[in-house]
Amino acid sequence: MIIHHPLLGPCDAQEFTYMGDARLIDRPDGMAEGSDAAFHDYAYLRENPAGEHRELWFHEQGDRSWLVVTRNTLTHEITQVELARDVARKQGRSR
Amino acid sequence: MRYSGFRVLKEALTGHKGWRPVWRDPDPQPHYDIVIVGGGGHGLATAYYLARQFHQHKVAVIEKGWIGGGNVGRNTTIIRSNYLLDGNEPFYEFSLKLWEGLEQDFNYNAMVSQRGILNLIHSDAQRDAFTRRGNAMILNGADAELLSAQQVRRTYPFLNFNDARFPIKGGLAQRRGGTVRHDAVAWGYARGADRRGVDILQNCEVTGFRIENGKCLGVETSRGFIAAGKVGVAVAGNSSRIMAKAGMRLPIESHVLQAFVSEGLKPVLPGVITFGAGHFYCSQSDKGGLVFGGDIDGYNSYAQRGNLPVIEDVAEGGMALFPGLGRVRLLRAWGGIMDMSMDGSPIIDHTPIDGLYFNGGWCYGGFKATPASGWCFAHLLATDTLHPTATAYRLDRFQRGRMIDEKGMGAQPNLH
Repeated sequence: MIIHHPLLGPCDAQEFTYMGDARLIDRPDGMAEGSDAAFHDYAYLRENPAGEHRELWFHEQGDRSWLVVTRNTLTHEITQVELARDVARKQGRSR
Repeated sequence: MRYSGFRVLKEALTGHKGWRPVWRDPDPQPHYDIVIVGGGGHGLATAYYLARQFHQHKVAVIEKGWIGGGNVGRNTTIIRSNYLLDGNEPFYEFSLKLWEGLEQDFNYNAMVSQRGILNLIHSDAQRDAFTRRGNAMILNGADAELLSAQQVRRTYPFLNFNDARFPIKGGLAQRRGGTVRHDAVAWGYARGADRRGVDILQNCEVTGFRIENGKCLGVETSRGFIAAGKVGVAVAGNSSRIMAKAGMRLPIESHVLQAFVSEGLKPVLPGVITFGAGHFYCSQSDKGGLVFGGDIDGYNSYAQRGNLPVIEDVAEGGMALFPGLGRVRLLRAWGGIMDMSMDGSPIIDHTPIDGLYFNGGWCYGGFKATPASGWCFAHLLATDTLHPTATAYRLDRFQRGRMIDEKGMGAQPNLH
């Protein structure tokens, strides 16, 4: 698989480490009421769809950026690649 | 029709005109006591033991394609019970004992061959770990034997003993392990279940569950609604897709695992060997092909085919261990979809929905577990209690901190 890195251009997927569902960006508030249940769902449960899947890839052997890759789990076709930083900021996370 | 030597002789003399299909192709009935979703090894074994052991006869197995068309025909056919943890080892040893009597039990030649499995040791630390594992196996009634490098060399003289980086320092052998003809397992269970009145409904896809007031009343299928007292789901690889129809999210990701077979060779490999310094394992099929595999590809996939980096990695592992492999041509490579769970161990349990039961999360160890998985799931469906060897495989164990993590990798499914 070739991942089209937004900054570096086409890169071999072998350079990356796979982290799974991009919802791992949405870390729950540990101080909130009922956060133990929220953290169980966050850490252990997955949507695991057959089809389009947004997922985190870490460019470990490259520029060490985190990417959100939209990939079809039935065909392995990649349709969108974003910097995870941009995705998180758009959702109002981080500074 | 029972199979026997006499029967084969009689058919040989009468032109083989007496053989009949060994399971029926019935139309769905409107109601069953128990419906099993998934006509793979585990689903068919569940139906077989429900009928044979728990005297349930109004049972149906629903399969969207043809029986045995999924992972039961895509694995590398190895059976063993060499686990470490208390939650696992008694279950897998129960499974190995069932394999030992299986062919007589269901009167079908599954070619169970206890040719032994050998996990190679390449460092002192690994010897300590395997010694501990061997002791855990013996404590649970399994067999285990620690071999020296000399003993390994006697059986496997062609392995690379001169590898400076990964010297072979010995091995942990389980002589009762081995291989089984995997398709015959599905067919044998299907025939055994059918003979006891189980309806096997092929080309019948589950499109949804009918759930009212927290109780599952049956399944909606491509061949109409089928009412059921209890519904058991055994569709590993596709568990998340099916259980999503019941509104559940699972602690599972689906990953692709590749396997390979070489051209047919004369007998060269007497048992199953695994490389301890990389991920590579190999056995020789009765047709002569070397059957081998390694790691999963490592990303979510439902594609039943993998990519080249893993093929390269497996080939490198094979060459490091078994240099003669370089002269052998690869015949076929394929992929199967695994339920990779969050601790690398399976789930056989009730669900929060009344009357709906779940069996899945087998990672890439489902084939060896087929008989025990079927027996324990049948036990759960028939008696509503957990089988004594499968009490740890609970769906809520992540919530309670009761993980069964053989590798100690945590909630990262592609590392198990």
